[in-house]
Amino acid sequence: MKSLTLALCAITVSVGTAPGLALAAGHESCASGKTRTDGVLIIATGNPAYYPWVADNKPESGKGYEAAIAYAVAQEMGFDKDKVKWVRTSFDEAIQPGAKNFDFNMQQFSITPERQEMVDFSLPYYTSAMAVLTTQSVVDNGVEPTMDSIKGLIWGADANTTAVPMLMQIVGPTKDPMLYSDNTDVTAAMQAGQIDAALFDLPTALYLAAVVLDGGVVLGQFPADRAENPDQFGLLMEKGNPLKECVDDAITALTESGEIAKIEARWLQEATGVPVIQ
Amino acid sequence: MTLSPKGAAPTRRALYESRLRRRATLIAAGSTTAIVLAIVILVPLAPGWAAVKKSFFNGPVFAKTFPGLLDAFLMDIAIFAWCAPLIAISGLAIALCRDVRNPVLFPLRAFGALYTDIFRGLPVILVIYLIGFGIPGLGLPRPWNSPYIWGSLALILTYAAYVAEVIRSGIDSIHQSQRAAAQSLGLSDTDTMRYVILPQALRNVVPANMNLFIALQKDVALLSFIGPVEIFRQAGVYKSLMANFTPYVGAALIFLAVTIPATRYADYLMNRQRARR
Repeated sequence: MKSLTLALCAITVSVGTAPGLALAAGHESCASGKTRTDGVLIIATGNPAYYPWVADNKPESGKGYEAAIAYAVAQEMGFDKDKVKWVRTSFDEAIQPGAKNFDFNMQQFSITPERQEMVDFSLPYYTSAMAVLTTQSVVDNGVEPTMDSIKGLIWGADANTTAVPMLMQIVGPTKDPMLYSDNTDVTAAMQAGQIDAALFDLPTALYLAAVVLDGGVVLGQFPADRAENPDQFGLLMEKGNPLKECVDDAITALTESGEIAKIEARWLQEATGVPVIQ
Repeated sequence: MTLSPKGAAPTRRALYESRLRRRATLIAAGSTTAIVLAIVILVPLAPGWAAVKKSFFNGPVFAKTFPGLLDAFLMDIAIFAWCAPLIAISGLAIALCRDVRNPVLFPLRAFGALYTDIFRGLPVILVIYLIGFGIPGLGLPRPWNSPYIWGSLALILTYAAYVAEVIRSGIDSIHQSQRAAAQSLGLSDTDTMRYVILPQALRNVVPANMNLFIALQKDVALLSFIGPVEIFRQAGVYKSLMANFTPYVGAALIFLAVTIPATRYADYLMNRQRARR
């Protein structure tokens, strides 16, 4: 298989009639032999994977921002759509030591220096603003999208995310926040009136407000530069994965060609028009 | 055990037994050393040891997170402290319900049986989820929808069922003749229970209840699923921030520091009781 690829590569390069083909082959040689299974790219996502990141929990449809990015990156690295395989992992499975069952994992992993001690991240494929999810009844009680107004709320967050330190750093709530295992539990607590507001990346907050939470409202967003380090999502890879270079090249190419911006416009276009909390 | 009188020369039997004991101690020490050595030498030889060590036994991460974990453990202790007495009281009440003999009060008996069936039969975490999110969802105003209140209630309901069963078995262990004797002295049913049966029954079930309270100390961590940030949740936060499982090891150590002495104390109580019988 490998020798065949090399032979094809050699022919394409030597003939040099199709520059596009030669480019693709060049990328393939970057990734060849570096994936778990030769010739196949195995990508992991969450279970369930949420909209707008993955539509209908079906990443193989290529619908949703992360699913679309995944296929674009794969294409750029020389893997056609049928050469991409999806698996599901939890956050803990993604970071545990030992053999991994994926080449890279994408489920809105924020890049942080602490995490980089343990795993490798690709270049960021999305920079998100953090947004405040709340309910209509809280808004009716007179809460406004200002720092002073939101400090005194009872806050909640998903404990498995970087939302917790962001919350402490950006908002600094007066009461200790409540923490939950996932989005579902945060919205359940909000529905039960146990928390007033929770911090999410903006696209997730918009989805939860529109679809999951009865009377959900996105109160406002924080400017991305508000946090010391903006919340940037990267593809998570096992520490020392040789594929990192190829993935980074692919993301750089997609950013420069405007492909990532196009995918963002398609799946995350609502992410504008939310008031900014100063 | 044969002990020779003080000052007298040891008997042949005593010598033989002390030789046996020495031999047993040597063998035990030898096999323990062999196993510990095997673990210490073999485990680091595993190909993934370096990675496991970095993820689970990471010194800098441990040092950075341990104080925060200790702090969060105070929350566990507080929840335990207010749940334990309420569990003891309601467990006793349920046990007494199941023991009423007056036919008019049969509904109480039925309630006791149904209650223990339900709450012994459900996983704690399920009860915590249902009560912790369910009851506040009815639209209770603050502070009555607090997860602390309803999470604690879930723990109390579940553990009261276990404690009630233990106390009931204690009550059953008191011989029927004691009731007959008390009644022949002219004590009422209530007084019989209060002055004759319960004091003996409760003393018999102290060790068993100790074990339940050790289990409760661990299950307090389950409240983290409905919001409170106690040690397990705090460890989870550190885990996701640093992509490292060491904080869980720290949390485990803190739990052990409390539960091992408590377990030993329960064993001691049980042995003392056995010796007394």
